[in-house]
Amino acid sequence: MASTTQTGSFWMPPQASTNAAEVDSLFDFIMDLNYIFFAIIFAMTVYFIVKYKKSDENPVATSDFDHSTLWEGAWAFIPLLLCFVVFFWGFKVFLNSTVAPDNAMEINVTAQKWAWNFKYDDGQSTSDLYVPAGQPVKLIMKSKDVLHSFFVPDFRVKSDVIPGRYTTVWFEAIEPGDHRIFCTEYCGREHSGMYRTVHVLSAEDFAKKKSAGFEGRDESISPAEWGKQLYSKYGCNACHGLNEGEVKVGPSFYGIYGRKGETTTGESYVANEEYIRESIMEPMAKIVKGYAPAMPSFKDQIGDDQMDALIAFMKTLK
Amino acid sequence: MSNTQADPGYELGQKESTNYINASKGLMSWLFTIDHKRIGLMYLFTIMATFALGGFLALAVRLELFTPGETIMGPDAYNKVFTLHGLVMVFLFIVPGIPAALGNFVMPLMLGAKDVAFPKLNLASFHIYVIGTIMALYTTLDGGVDTGWTFYTPYSSTIDSQVVMMTMSAFVLGFSSIFTGLNFIVTIHKMRAPGMTWDRLPLFVWSLYATAIIQVMATPVLGITLMLLAMERIMNIGIFDPALGGDPVLFQHFFWFYSHPAVYIMILPGMGVMSELITTFSRKRIFGYRAIALSSIAIAVISFLVWGHHMFVSGQSAYAGMVFSFLTFLVAIPSAIKVINWSTTLYKGSITMDAPMVWAFSFLILFTIGGLTGIFLGALGTDIHLHDTYFVVAHFHYVMMGGTAMAFFGGIHYWWPKMFGKMYKEGPARFAAWTVFVGFNVTFFPQFIMGSRGMPRRYYDYMPDSGYQIFHQISTVGSWILFVGMLVMAVNLLASLKSGKEASANPWEARSLEWLTQSPPIEHNFHEIPTVVEGPYEFPIATATANAQGAESSDS
Repeated sequence: MASTTQTGSFWMPPQASTNAAEVDSLFDFIMDLNYIFFAIIFAMTVYFIVKYKKSDENPVATSDFDHSTLWEGAWAFIPLLLCFVVFFWGFKVFLNSTVAPDNAMEINVTAQKWAWNFKYDDGQSTSDLYVPAGQPVKLIMKSKDVLHSFFVPDFRVKSDVIPGRYTTVWFEAIEPGDHRIFCTEYCGREHSGMYRTVHVLSAEDFAKKKSAGFEGRDESISPAEWGKQLYSKYGCNACHGLNEGEVKVGPSFYGIYGRKGETTTGESYVANEEYIRESIMEPMAKIVKGYAPAMPSFKDQIGDDQMDALIAFMKTLK
Repeated sequence: MSNTQADPGYELGQKESTNYINASKGLMSWLFTIDHKRIGLMYLFTIMATFALGGFLALAVRLELFTPGETIMGPDAYNKVFTLHGLVMVFLFIVPGIPAALGNFVMPLMLGAKDVAFPKLNLASFHIYVIGTIMALYTTLDGGVDTGWTFYTPYSSTIDSQVVMMTMSAFVLGFSSIFTGLNFIVTIHKMRAPGMTWDRLPLFVWSLYATAIIQVMATPVLGITLMLLAMERIMNIGIFDPALGGDPVLFQHFFWFYSHPAVYIMILPGMGVMSELITTFSRKRIFGYRAIALSSIAIAVISFLVWGHHMFVSGQSAYAGMVFSFLTFLVAIPSAIKVINWSTTLYKGSITMDAPMVWAFSFLILFTIGGLTGIFLGALGTDIHLHDTYFVVAHFHYVMMGGTAMAFFGGIHYWWPKMFGKMYKEGPARFAAWTVFVGFNVTFFPQFIMGSRGMPRRYYDYMPDSGYQIFHQISTVGSWILFVGMLVMAVNLLASLKSGKEASANPWEARSLEWLTQSPPIEHNFHEIPTVVEGPYEFPIATATANAQGAESSDS
């Protein structure tokens, strides 16, 4: 997480992908144009205001200069020319950063309120993103619910993630390190909490960790502790608090195991293991009275071991 | 030596006891008036009230972001507050702002007309505006919405909130805008005084004309879009929601097809005010009249073809992105021409920095920054990184608030003596304008920096370790400076109504027709329709040859 506290240049974050330098040169060029044109306008305006201040010596205007084809033409033509330069340069950078190379490693991304899911070619899925350094990676993205947007400032990549359609981004990370992923399309209550980390690993580390499972269980911790990690990893914390009686989008997990209550259809329920499993896999089956049907399904993301761990964690909350 | 044939009754110093303000009395005489000046005044006060509301919401947003996590409100409240800030500022303040308040009051006077072409339609436009505003406020009290002012689907079509009611209020407000636009087009075509040819029109009128074209042509698209959204929510017809077989990106196309031209509805009238202020306070003919007038029209036309630049990362094709990026650069040129023409107008003028001119100076500087930073966003390669960050937030506040709002306040100070026949205190007015200029930059400049460093917009929270906090805090302090400036301005203006000095017919020695009638004007503006023989900016000139007597005879 340390990377986000460093700054690249004054304006830009660190350059952590192969495309970043190219984006930044264009940015710097436009910034130079900004400085130059602002200086011209500012200097002209302030100079004229000071120099041609109304006074006894200067009670009325001293020129009827109100048209000059050359001056006006130059002010249309020169900016237009520079705009064309910026346009072509911008388009070139855009194509380089949107068209992935053929040898790119593909990772499938699913966004939902308010978590990311990354699925690799061997079928395992993670909530943080793991990529090897020095290897182009192409993300094929879709959303389960509303619009989201995938943004890694240090990589200079961004694309909306849309329900019912695929969008892609690609990047090649330069060296191992951690970088922040933001959601940049407003998606509701926990929009600002939908940040994760992309872990760039060396090629060997990547292969090693992949075969061990990126987010596999650390055997030294208890199932309940692992469940607590999963609770924040899958973004449960966005909607479910841990304090007694805490109301977020969904009910609190405090004392959830064994809780009795009523659903919106008037049925009564007891929160046993099966109820909790069903609520995570098929959230629409039973909605607790007083809450909106807002929860997405975690069906293809949470495995049996993880489910056990989550339930073990919930049992400790009392 | 007047440049127009003055109305005989209105030599300076002569003043009638009745004017449009005291001609009739009682609340009803205001609420159902068809006098464009009274309607303009009612618009002015309503719009200033909505600006105050939007401003307080902005202060709340800034205060919440002073620290990470919860500072004064939770995420649900925050999302509603920033949404409402956007809705109020866009639909209630800045879209109607200059045309409906200043335009309504000044434009017929500038043309030498007795009223607008359709006075009753003008009143209807105001009534519809009030109804739309009440609907929006009611919706807010009744739960509010948290979609952002853009109502992006499928979030807006699936969440459980008052989206339908809020879109209906924007729908209703759209009609107010269309009526004003229609009225202005006909007025400008048909109601000009004898001799008021198109190339003698004040540039403010030209800008209102260009604005009116966009209002009439683009606003219906917003109405249709919001209606489709309401139909989807009420009748479950799949248009935008993919779960019902719709396309969420289609909404963005529809929405920006209105809302991009709409940003020119917001800025063009401000540019018009600028041309008036710059000429009057430099006492010099505008530089490049024709270029400024025609660039307004060029902006109005091209503005319809650039909407896709809001969607460079929305999944539209690279070719669409290329075309929209190209067209976006084309629309930048007319604005660049205007800025340099205003600056050139100052050359060899006779300049005073009265309060309206301080606002005009702010506009020139802030709008230049707003325009130049737009280049980063028009270029595809850099937009990918900057899209939906605080860089964009800073950019459009520099254009919208630094541009339009500065022109609006400048215009208010400029025409205030004409509207009320009273002068405000010049010292506090200048102090307020400079304070706002400083406060504005302190508020919004840090947002460029944190934006390009990656801080996304519409965020309730940010990580303490992210390095963004210091910029948020400077920005929040800036919002307090802004508030002080606005407060001084409001108090100073309102105090002048009670205790201000009497204003003469033409306190700024301006040359356009509205200054020929008394302050405040009589009910029917002019006793006799003036005959126009020259352009609106024929200020006296001391040329090299006429220098000797030029200075003396200039102000007679």
